[in-house]
Amino acid sequence: MSMDRRDFLKVAGISSILGFGATVASATNLITGKQLLPPQVEMNKDALRAKRWAMVVDMSKFKTDEDFQKTITACHTIHNVPDFRKPDGSVDKKFEVKWIWQTNYEKAFPGMENQYQGEHLKDMPFMVLCNHCTNPACVRVCPTKATYKLPDGVTMQDMHRCIGCRFCMAACPYGARSFNWIDPRRAANLDPAKGGKVNPEYPTRTKGVVEKCTFCTERLAVGKIPACVEAAPQGALLFGDLEDPNSEIRKIIGEKLTIRRKPELGTGPAIYYLIGGGEHA
Amino acid sequence: MLEKALEGSKKYWAWVFFLGIFALTGTYWYIRQFNEGLGLTGLHRDVSWGLYIGQFTFLVGVAASAVMLVIPYYLHDFKKFGKIVILGEFLAISAVTMCILFIFVDMGQPMRIMNVILHPTPGSVMFWDSVVLSGYLFINLLVGWVTLSSDRKGVPPPKWIKPWIYLSIPWAISIHTVTAFLYSGVPGRHFWLTAVMAARFLASAFAGGPALLIILALIVRKVSKFDAGKDVIQAVSRIVAYAMFANVFLLGLEFFTAFYSGIPGHQHPFVYLYKGMIGIDGQMHAEIVPLMWTSSVFAAISLVMLWVPAIRRKEGLLVLACIMLFVSLWIDKGFGLIIGGFVPNPFEEVNPYLPTYPETMITIGVWAVGFLVLTFLYKIAITVREQTAGVEIEH
Repeated sequence: MSMDRRDFLKVAGISSILGFGATVASATNLITGKQLLPPQVEMNKDALRAKRWAMVVDMSKFKTDEDFQKTITACHTIHNVPDFRKPDGSVDKKFEVKWIWQTNYEKAFPGMENQYQGEHLKDMPFMVLCNHCTNPACVRVCPTKATYKLPDGVTMQDMHRCIGCRFCMAACPYGARSFNWIDPRRAANLDPAKGGKVNPEYPTRTKGVVEKCTFCTERLAVGKIPACVEAAPQGALLFGDLEDPNSEIRKIIGEKLTIRRKPELGTGPAIYYLIGGGEHA
Repeated sequence: MLEKALEGSKKYWAWVFFLGIFALTGTYWYIRQFNEGLGLTGLHRDVSWGLYIGQFTFLVGVAASAVMLVIPYYLHDFKKFGKIVILGEFLAISAVTMCILFIFVDMGQPMRIMNVILHPTPGSVMFWDSVVLSGYLFINLLVGWVTLSSDRKGVPPPKWIKPWIYLSIPWAISIHTVTAFLYSGVPGRHFWLTAVMAARFLASAFAGGPALLIILALIVRKVSKFDAGKDVIQAVSRIVAYAMFANVFLLGLEFFTAFYSGIPGHQHPFVYLYKGMIGIDGQMHAEIVPLMWTSSVFAAISLVMLWVPAIRRKEGLLVLACIMLFVSLWIDKGFGLIIGGFVPNPFEEVNPYLPTYPETMITIGVWAVGFLVLTFLYKIAITVREQTAGVEIEH
């Protein structure tokens, strides 16, 4: 039986309390009860922390197609997201995996369009990704807790526990989840034989598991902001703590009109789309 | 008693061999799917469940329908069902076997199936579905085996089996209710978000399952001396008629709510299924429209045929009605139900799905395994019954 990281941490934590963990346990921990995790898994002191991570998307800052592409590419490259293409170079919808992508207003907010809106409004591009919902349907339905909430609000995906039942994909009202229909390492961008290159700092996946945006938990843990936020045009993607009244995103959400995708479903999406944009914070 | 499945006529073995070929072909394609991934199917990111999960859903209904024989026989003391009830229980065993296999072939990481037990998640309907399905399999194996063994020995079944039989009744309802909750409990899929989902599942199950049973009982009568009885067949056909009426009525309610409320999102799946819609490729997609209409027409015709006593009493026509009804429900629940939930997708895009050849062969393979199980179980039941022919045992 393999042990996943969370179980390992649990066991390591318990054995350290019990004093089994040789180098990891310390008596002071036991007495003060303050430090339950063994020292080597203590949070990085540079780690970015929040009570509730959320994002404000200011579409007015995305000016060109390149702005979208470099944002998407940054995420997909860092996370080894397979890019399956048809021989003609177009995206192979059959195997498509995506964490963050561009769609339009009409599709991101179905039912909000009206017949008098010009095509430029209906076709207005929108950046979409996992909404890291407060009350996520995907987490509720997962039979193995392979997708779960982190204390900082991130909806996390454990690709090593996922059994590939795809109940989460049926449950997600945002189409944010992708399944590895075939071995993702076969994709041209990841397969060295096809000129692909794997980012060795992030694991590739196996076939048969679901994956999605994780708000770059692995980067937050070492003090880096999410890759998309870093790559997007200045101020286009704002990332912060929704529970912190002084955070930039909280100020914007408090003062400007923002909309969320399908809020009526009660999922509590944490991606806010700023209407109007322009100068803020 | 198991040895009785191992002795039979040339015809019996020819049938077993016939099913075996499909089971093996399905196994071959499953091994390929296991190695290459679910990419071998027609599924994609927008339609992430398809034929396999549809078959699973449909067969849960077939399994649950055994209760339509158990209730009259054990609760209402309707003695005439004494012979056919074992056929219902064994059909349930075969159906649950197929359900489990369909879940298994649908999994992306089947080797991790034990994670469902290692990390039990009571908040997940899928978790409960696996609990109630395995429980139902166990109960039917136990009840079927114990009652048949007693029959063979010519003694009434032991008293301790009674509570299990009574338990099987709510349990049968539970398997199909929980299966409906897989769908009706998720937000954002208009086609599935309906409170009558579980009710409709039960109605269609209690029509489709007994309809299949009528066909099976008549086949059994043809190939053996085991006769369920003409009036028993008629009694079951009335159950089918009432249940089918309930099912069609409930389907009508779905149409009413979608179209009278005028909510576009609720109408889209119906429009896609029955009329077709323009897809992301700019083409009109109406691939499954003929299927859905076949289902509707078959439903209407079979309902009328079952409803009119003069037609129902002619066994040839009854079989025809049962076949049409079964096909109608199979299309509706084994296919349309799943597709309608995924098309249009959450972006209101139409990205159609059609099963591939490997996927179809795996599906046929699972059905073949199910019918092999059914054949063996029925062979045992028939042999025991033939030996005790004429002796009626009070259960």
